[in-house]
Amino acid sequence: MSMTGTTTNKAAPPASMQRLLAHPLILVGGAIVAAVALLAILAPWIAPYDPTEINVHVILMSPSWQHWCGTDTLGRDVYSRMLYGARVSLAVGFVAVGISLLIGLMLGALAGYAGGRADAILMRITDMVLCFPTFFLILAVIAFLKPSIWNIMIVIGLTSWMGVARLVRAEFLSLRQRDFIHAAQGLGVSPLRIMWRYLLPNAMGPILVSAVLGIAGAVLVESGLSFLGLGVQPPNPSWGNILTEGKDNIQIAWWLSVFPGLAILTTVLGYNLLGEGLRDYFDPKLRQ
Amino acid sequence: MTAYICKRLAGMIPLLFGITIISFGMMHLAPGEPSVVGQAFNPKVSAHDIERLRSYYGLDQPLYTQYWHWLKRLAVLDFGRSFSADGRPVLDKITERLPVTLLINSLAMLFIILVAIPIGIASAVRRDSWFDKGMTIFVFIGFAIPSFWLGLLMMIAFGVNLNWLPISGLHDYSWRQMGLWQQQLDLLEHLLLPVFVSAIGGLAGMSRFMRTGMLDVIRADYITTARAMGASEGSIYYRLALKNAVLPIITLLGLSIPSLIGGSVIVEQLFSLPGMGLLFYQAVMARDYPLIMGITVIGAVLTLLGNLVADIAYAWADPRIRHGRSG
Repeated sequence: MSMTGTTTNKAAPPASMQRLLAHPLILVGGAIVAAVALLAILAPWIAPYDPTEINVHVILMSPSWQHWCGTDTLGRDVYSRMLYGARVSLAVGFVAVGISLLIGLMLGALAGYAGGRADAILMRITDMVLCFPTFFLILAVIAFLKPSIWNIMIVIGLTSWMGVARLVRAEFLSLRQRDFIHAAQGLGVSPLRIMWRYLLPNAMGPILVSAVLGIAGAVLVESGLSFLGLGVQPPNPSWGNILTEGKDNIQIAWWLSVFPGLAILTTVLGYNLLGEGLRDYFDPKLRQ
Repeated sequence: MTAYICKRLAGMIPLLFGITIISFGMMHLAPGEPSVVGQAFNPKVSAHDIERLRSYYGLDQPLYTQYWHWLKRLAVLDFGRSFSADGRPVLDKITERLPVTLLINSLAMLFIILVAIPIGIASAVRRDSWFDKGMTIFVFIGFAIPSFWLGLLMMIAFGVNLNWLPISGLHDYSWRQMGLWQQQLDLLEHLLLPVFVSAIGGLAGMSRFMRTGMLDVIRADYITTARAMGASEGSIYYRLALKNAVLPIITLLGLSIPSLIGGSVIVEQLFSLPGMGLLFYQAVMARDYPLIMGITVIGAVLTLLGNLVADIAYAWADPRIRHGRSG
């Protein structure tokens, strides 16, 4: 992970920077990701209205200079709600992926490093969870607990670690056979330290790629859940629950459907592009 | 081949066990007793219902006993009775809704295969052409677009503005008065948007996968040989390369089953289609625990079966496995 190169030579951009520039996907994806993140962080300062403020005088207004993305059935400003919705989506994305990384890393590292029976059992469990229709599982768990942003983060995290686990296992399994690991083992370095210091940094590229793509997936799942009314609960804004109103008012208020969807599409697209770009960056062999 | 199928079937047994353990664990995930949690203030659930659930799970017994009893009932497909007013057996409710979900998902899969394979091949053959670039953009958008949003947009466009297609339900009001062919046509009209919306994600993934697979195969030695021997480009792509490039698609189709089945909740809810997905949504909204558990188990088993079918199809299509040599 040498994305931040040393800047000793001022005349030419550092080599790693140049390599980065050679990947337009990273630039485009990164720009989208940064822009959405910025809007989300700045929401309280740039939102023109309070996202939960009800105003009966401006119910279901189409987009205008006062309300860029129109207003909803309670006269709330859709643009402001979308800005706050971005916070929800990104928070869910990051925390859920954090949880799935944690689980995936631990299980994958154990399976890949220990090998043998532990590996066989862990991978069987992974395959098992993989063939569950995840969305059913998430909905069922939400039904047993109750819909809240925290539960959603946890549930998405708990149902999306399988990819990371498989990836880490594969990386560790192949790295384990390398000379420098044998050397470290010969020197008596503890297994935990070998994993943390030598194996993990070498597997960091693919893990980062899958984390970035994972955020995109989590944002999609969250919006789907909120759309079904099982995610973020009104009056708290989220892109998904604005779309629910869009569906209910499909005959009269197109703006309630169009804008939040565009926000989801753009955000997910940004993370996907960034992820694909990083994949190329870390593994030029895979470029087609 | 038979040996292979037997081996696969045997391999399913631990998976089935795992599914029941996860499902059972889920039921006991909520703090407190499953029958009481969230039900105290639920007017739809009578004291009788709670008693039924208590006796079904034997909640006064140790956990492993409960699991064992539940498992024995599952073996004979007894999922208990729904909490809803009719109190019908869960299995009946599921079986009457299942055909709709299976119909939509099979049509979606058929659509994916029929469209994605030609797109993937054409992209690979005319690599870096405008067509290929356009398809790459389509793939990225297809991956990123929330299916329910695409559905909403299509409802607005084709249903509300153009008024070409119906936007909800499976049949028109006048369905009963229609002739047989008219009925099929009406069904088709109602299914067009849902199938397309279900298919979009898989379509993007599959065409990308097909393109990559094709590009890989084209570099293989036997293709170079064929070219050197003067085979035409057409026969190289469609007769020689296609067979090998299509193989991995079968596995990918199997892997896409969970997301298709999971996605049916959203699609069926959006288009008000009376399938298992909508039933599940309603069960979740009503906290109808027996029904939720039943659909979760059935959904997982269906996925497992789908994967099994994909594996067997793969083995059948791959001569190395067909003739007993594991490749």
